[in-house]
Amino acid sequence: MWYGHWVSRRRLLGRATSLIASGILWLLLFLVLPGVVLVVVAFMSRDADGQIVWSATTENFRRLLGFGILGWSADNGWIFLRSLWVAGVTTLVAVGLAYPTAFFIAASSPRLRYVWLSLVVVPMCTNLVVRTYAWELLLSPQLPPSMFAAWLGLIEPGRALYPNPGAVYVGLASTALPFAVLPLYTNVERLDWAIVEAAEDLYASRTRVFFQAILPQTLPGLSVAVILTFVPACGMFVITDRLGGSNFWLVGNLIQQQFGPSRDIPYGSAVCIVLIVLTLLGLYLYRRRGKAIELV
Amino acid sequence: MAAGAGEAVVGCFRSMLAAVGLRGQPGAVEVQGSTGGMPGKVGDEGGPAVSHDLNIEGISKYFGPVQALAGVTFTVKAGEFVTLLGPSGCGKTTLLRIIAGFERSDEGHVRLGERLLDDLPANRRPVNTVFQSYALFPHLSVYANIAFGLRARHFAAAEVDKRVEFGLGMLQLDGLAERYPHQLSGGQKQRVALARALVNEPEVLLLDEPMSALDAKLRAEVQIEMRRLQRKLGKTFILVTHDQDEAMTVSDRILVMNQGRIEQIGTSSEVYEKPRNRFVAEFLGAANLIPAELVGPRTVQTALGMLELRADPRWERGTLAIHPERIEARRTPPKSNGVRVRVKDAVYRGDHVELLVEPGPLRVQAVPGINFEIGERLWLELPAERLEVLLD
Repeated sequence: MWYGHWVSRRRLLGRATSLIASGILWLLLFLVLPGVVLVVVAFMSRDADGQIVWSATTENFRRLLGFGILGWSADNGWIFLRSLWVAGVTTLVAVGLAYPTAFFIAASSPRLRYVWLSLVVVPMCTNLVVRTYAWELLLSPQLPPSMFAAWLGLIEPGRALYPNPGAVYVGLASTALPFAVLPLYTNVERLDWAIVEAAEDLYASRTRVFFQAILPQTLPGLSVAVILTFVPACGMFVITDRLGGSNFWLVGNLIQQQFGPSRDIPYGSAVCIVLIVLTLLGLYLYRRRGKAIELV
Repeated sequence: MAAGAGEAVVGCFRSMLAAVGLRGQPGAVEVQGSTGGMPGKVGDEGGPAVSHDLNIEGISKYFGPVQALAGVTFTVKAGEFVTLLGPSGCGKTTLLRIIAGFERSDEGHVRLGERLLDDLPANRRPVNTVFQSYALFPHLSVYANIAFGLRARHFAAAEVDKRVEFGLGMLQLDGLAERYPHQLSGGQKQRVALARALVNEPEVLLLDEPMSALDAKLRAEVQIEMRRLQRKLGKTFILVTHDQDEAMTVSDRILVMNQGRIEQIGTSSEVYEKPRNRFVAEFLGAANLIPAELVGPRTVQTALGMLELRADPRWERGTLAIHPERIEARRTPPKSNGVRVRVKDAVYRGDHVELLVEPGPLRVQAVPGINFEIGERLWLELPAERLEVLLD
């Protein structure tokens, strides 16, 4: 392509602006505008009917830190910590399952690969709520998983395998799995096997081959997989609500509660902002560390 | 000698990959205690300890219905520089991979001296490879790349350091130890790959087209360097290439391969001057092939006329070969084997003039100096001592 006719800086800028205008507009409408509204609303309060009262206050953030009408409580702190923990475990399970799956798919014949990939992706096409109800059915008392758990003595006979934390992990990990498999698969598919052979040629044991020749090559895919599972898992509420029971609250449930039953939109906005800020901070630290690893 | 005196070993991982159909067959699962032993000594400190001939005994390999190697047999003497030369798909790389332990042969054996290597996985063979793509570990520095094989065998840090320093010096990589592969030029990468293999003191060094990624000028320099290095170390080198110039520059002996078979084994001059068959004659130096029919004692009839030979061929109808530079172009008739031709085209190439003549097709490389006119009638002498009688 020839760019020589954009002689002046102004024309160049004009042309560039016209090219990216639609994208900018999209971001303005659906990212910047809601973001600004969220921040503004977070500093407001509400009246008894749940209407937003337009007077600035930091009360919502004080409440979030645990200073309520009945004195200080650690509940919100626990909710955030539990969310991080649950998202961490979900990531570990999902990425742990996705890693060998990606190798398995990449090793299949080209025709089979599409079959496996479709099987991984198809669940994403169904609604999350429907999928969660499906898990309730699968974990119900009359079906083998519950009966097997009862036989092992893990639960009382005749009880379902939910609500409990284990069911939440099952639900979250199964939701996250496609997002972990896809980036890992694209990474594994273009693995340089000559490097693996070089390691074998240079007397490496099989563990050394894995850690020195395979794992370093899959770090880019791993890092994407971790982000794509961890971040959404932080904000899930349907799965925890249905499969975790009323005691198993995560940040997502806290937010949903404010926008739903409590009708406290300003407080919900404040929780959202804290979650977003924490996520961005985490991503920033993660990428900074990542750069040191992905020297390549 | 157990050069691969490594620690625990392969098998499992390869089997796992094989199970999912990724690559070759599973290697034998074998576990051996670490001896920390050190095979041989570093280069110039008294030379290699013991070297063995490498015997390739009737190796065959099939990829599905395709036969990649058809019973290849030869011996590489200890300290010899042998090149496997052939067009792509001739089986030379497969043979190299079988020697390295990346593939298993379907028939035949690889033996180093008396020791059978067939069941040894790649990481237990006293053989190292320089890969075509170099396959340097991108996340490791030059130092760590070169130290890889030594650390995998749990050499003491001091010994690792000594050998890596030696390798860096030997290949003029001083000052690059802390660099990473992506910061190196092609030539530097190649030297790191060489050093990484050589510091392990392998009995046999395998080179898989290591110069194909270098530009022509650098390649010529590296070929000379490679030859010098091999002479200095006295190690067995086996090079795979499709470049006949490269093969002739570096090798003690050349194995010309085609369709999974060895067409000819010999020194550079043997395979060039005395090709056995049409394939070798054409692949090395693009010789002129002349179909001929035996008509009398040491006399054949060809499209160019009657030609005399040094000796009687073993066939009634067959082929003669002569290199373009062995044909002498002149304006006066020679005593024997003269052919009267007309110049179709003459191309000045600096060190020679390339003539295309008819009847033909016949390629002639004449010394520059005579001005050949297109359409001019000439005499060509095809000296009997330069006419090679091929087997086919």
